[in-house]
Amino acid sequence: MRIVIRGGRLLDPTAGRDEPGDLLIEDGRIAAAGRDLTAEGALTIDAAGGWVVPGFFDLHAHLREPGQEYKEDIASGGRAAVAGGFCAVACMANTHPVNDDPSVTEYILDRARHESPARVFPIAAATRGLAGEVMTEMSALVEAGVIAFSDDGKTIMDSGVMRRVLEYSGLVRVPVITHAEDRSLVRDGVVNEGPVSTRLGLPGNPAAAETIHVARDLVLAELTGAHLHVAHVSTAGAVDQIRAARERGVHVTAEVTPHHLTLTDEATLGYDTNTKMAPPLRSEADVRACRAALADGTLDAIATDHAPHAVHEKDVEFTAAPAGVIGLETAVPVTLDLVRAGELAPLEWVRRLSTNPARIAGRPGGSLAVGAPADVAVIDPERRWRYDPAKGFSKSRNSPWAGRELVGRAIATLVAGRLVYDVERGVLVP
Amino acid sequence: MVPSPNATAGPDPRSAPSGESAERVVLDDTAIRRALVRIAHELVEHNEHLGDLYLVAIPNGGVPLARAIAANLHQIAELEVPVGILDTTLYRDDLLSRGDRPPLRRTEMPSAVDGRVVVLVDDVVSTGRTIRAAMDALMDFGRPQAVQVVGLVDRGHRELPIKIDYVGKNLPTQRSERVELRGLAGGLEGALEVVVRADGGGEAR
Amino acid sequence: MMGRDLLAIEDLDRGDLERILETAVRMEEVGRRDVKKVPTLRGRTLINLFFEASTRTRTSFEIAGKRLSADVVNFTPSSSSLKKAESILDTAMTLDAMAPDAVVVRHAVAGVPKRIADALEAPVINAGDGAHEHPTQALLDLFTVWQEKGRLDGLTVTIVGDIVHSRVARSNLYAFSKLGAEVRLAAPPTMLPPAVEALGVKAYTSLREALEGADVVMLLRIQQERLDGCFFPSIREYAATFGLDRAKLRYARDDAIVMHPGPINRGVEIAHDLADRRPSVILDQVRNGVAVRMAVLYLFAGRNPRREG
Repeated sequence: MRIVIRGGRLLDPTAGRDEPGDLLIEDGRIAAAGRDLTAEGALTIDAAGGWVVPGFFDLHAHLREPGQEYKEDIASGGRAAVAGGFCAVACMANTHPVNDDPSVTEYILDRARHESPARVFPIAAATRGLAGEVMTEMSALVEAGVIAFSDDGKTIMDSGVMRRVLEYSGLVRVPVITHAEDRSLVRDGVVNEGPVSTRLGLPGNPAAAETIHVARDLVLAELTGAHLHVAHVSTAGAVDQIRAARERGVHVTAEVTPHHLTLTDEATLGYDTNTKMAPPLRSEADVRACRAALADGTLDAIATDHAPHAVHEKDVEFTAAPAGVIGLETAVPVTLDLVRAGELAPLEWVRRLSTNPARIAGRPGGSLAVGAPADVAVIDPERRWRYDPAKGFSKSRNSPWAGRELVGRAIATLVAGRLVYDVERGVLVP
Repeated sequence: MVPSPNATAGPDPRSAPSGESAERVVLDDTAIRRALVRIAHELVEHNEHLGDLYLVAIPNGGVPLARAIAANLHQIAELEVPVGILDTTLYRDDLLSRGDRPPLRRTEMPSAVDGRVVVLVDDVVSTGRTIRAAMDALMDFGRPQAVQVVGLVDRGHRELPIKIDYVGKNLPTQRSERVELRGLAGGLEGALEVVVRADGGGEAR
Repeated sequence: MMGRDLLAIEDLDRGDLERILETAVRMEEVGRRDVKKVPTLRGRTLINLFFEASTRTRTSFEIAGKRLSADVVNFTPSSSSLKKAESILDTAMTLDAMAPDAVVVRHAVAGVPKRIADALEAPVINAGDGAHEHPTQALLDLFTVWQEKGRLDGLTVTIVGDIVHSRVARSNLYAFSKLGAEVRLAAPPTMLPPAVEALGVKAYTSLREALEGADVVMLLRIQQERLDGCFFPSIREYAATFGLDRAKLRYARDDAIVMHPGPINRGVEIAHDLADRRPSVILDQVRNGVAVRMAVLYLFAGRNPRREG
């Protein structure tokens, strides 16, 4: 099957390439990239005005299957992913049952094989049942296909356990992803502690809770030599810790969400539960620090932390609502904000959505080199559209951008050389 | 001054003037070989059941001597007499009063002891304690028919009622002197000699 | 010459180790006789002071002592009444007043035999103190390898398992290194002692790499209790990654031998079909334990270098 993507702007971070060109795909792999390619009998995709990029790789999504399929499942999550330009999604382990056993991992992979147009890479729990006490069988889980370990959803509060988890991970050499939040400081906090929480009259979650645990985890990573990946960084304090640790040679990587790059805690004025996330939206200064850190490389990747919740679950008082918002279908327009503001060049934007996450996951991706798997997206950075989550591919609707006009959209997505999504017809496979 | 010994065969190349450990050879290789031939003859003469003979050497000195005697018995009377090695260190009565523990030597008893005429072979017999220890060890191996003793050199100073049945040479000495069989490294073919050293202190055998 | 006590392999030099091994060869011969007894320590008293239960080691010392004709007394205080150091010393000094010729001590806490030795006249032999040392185990392991391979210099010895908690591993790594062998340690990262390579050994988290070309594979027992300390996730995973089976053994030399201080967990450290016959020499180790302990008692019991000339 041959496909030629014609007339777009090729952006390949692995080659440092940012120039007009065509892309030829053959038998699931990139066959050629350059100007005026011809291919007999090839399906042509018109990319005029668009950016042709390596398909995006989301390091952090909650697909809710097994156990909570009413919010999302692997099929719908996979569809939301390709609709957002993501060819690969790493799914967290806080399902029911928890993915702390190879049997659950195999189940997820099997479902993905049959139901998801996007590639799915399971992340397993670092401790059994996410209880923070006994570590999971890392060797067996990696053999089953797991790419990383994380208790995300919860935090490993016991430093001794975290130390052993990091230490033992050296055996399998995959990252340990930390949801760094000192729960004894967070307590019942639901919004960022500061002027906004005061105005709202809601319990606050101090930035220090994140900074302290990031610092702890970095010191433990240094002690054990493990690869620590910090999930959803939201504070200037955490950014500073990561920067300093990296200078010391600690093997640390980090991600930031679209919402932590563009929304401040002021968005919660109004008590819309679709602005309740964990970690919470932070201050203006924190947002600026995260944007600068993404630009200078301190934060390596953009990850959505796509966290579907049912309407009836979010439709309650602010303190009772589960934290989290969906984000696979809106990551592109929301994060293009940094490109438009001149803070991030387009090639660097692509790198943080594809090349870097793939490298952190230890999987192929993020490259348009000849021979690379043909996971490709075509992005129209100027396309205006109104986002209605009810018309989206995710089963859930909990988004802070619901009803807003957004600029920028994925218009075609290919996985392993097959066109799985285009903006006119929607998701095409399975 | 070192007292002169009984008339011995052979020259005395190492008699030195006073001063450092004065040594003299009291038995050279020829004399030793001759003595061992004579002892073999005596064994044949004094034993009725030659087939029950079992030579048991006390290491280290007794080993080449016992082997030589076995070879002689083979030559004289066409006998195949087994040769065992029996280290007596673990049976010594003076072990725990010493400072350092002496190294243990090999024990190899190819034949059973029961009913045998065991002929213990030692190079130098003095106090008799080594022979006594050897007999204790022997009893743990079985019940011999009889026990006889071959000593190449009997230097006297008995402390126990031990007699040597077959002596190579009687050699009166001072307690302070050391009497040693040398040349063991050469094996059966090597040249052996018995040497007396004025040393002060010495092993009570 | 060696000191009065045998507390640690770390304190011995090559010559000392060779001397003990040569003596053990002679003691082995005694064990092959009909009457397995010599009068060497007749009338002497040997006290086994075992604060930590151990039938194997204690019985081995007991048989060793009896074969040397010593009077052996077993004293096993109940652990609850003797948690305080003062009580331990009181007990030991009371025993010392009865003038034993050797006191063999085992305790769950490192350093107790040394404290006892400092307070006593009698020679003290360490039969295992916490995670520190187990000298006679290492000696019998050395002896077993020496008997099998005819040498120790230049051999590659791979020790596998819960190294950080193992006194057997520590004593063995000193013992084999001092006699010229290359020692490798293999364990999950959580079970390798910090900075262990400073002791002159190489640490591996890949069993395969650690086994390449090994002459001796020494397996350590995995304890269920370590799951609580979060050292490894499950017995199943340990067996899959660090348990020895025929497939993994192929990375070692064809003539490699397999050792274990016992008691073994079949199916965990060692596959069922490897435990009970060649290349496993586990039963030889047990047998050699008596000869080696006889050698140790011969060389140490009843000696007091301070009183000797």
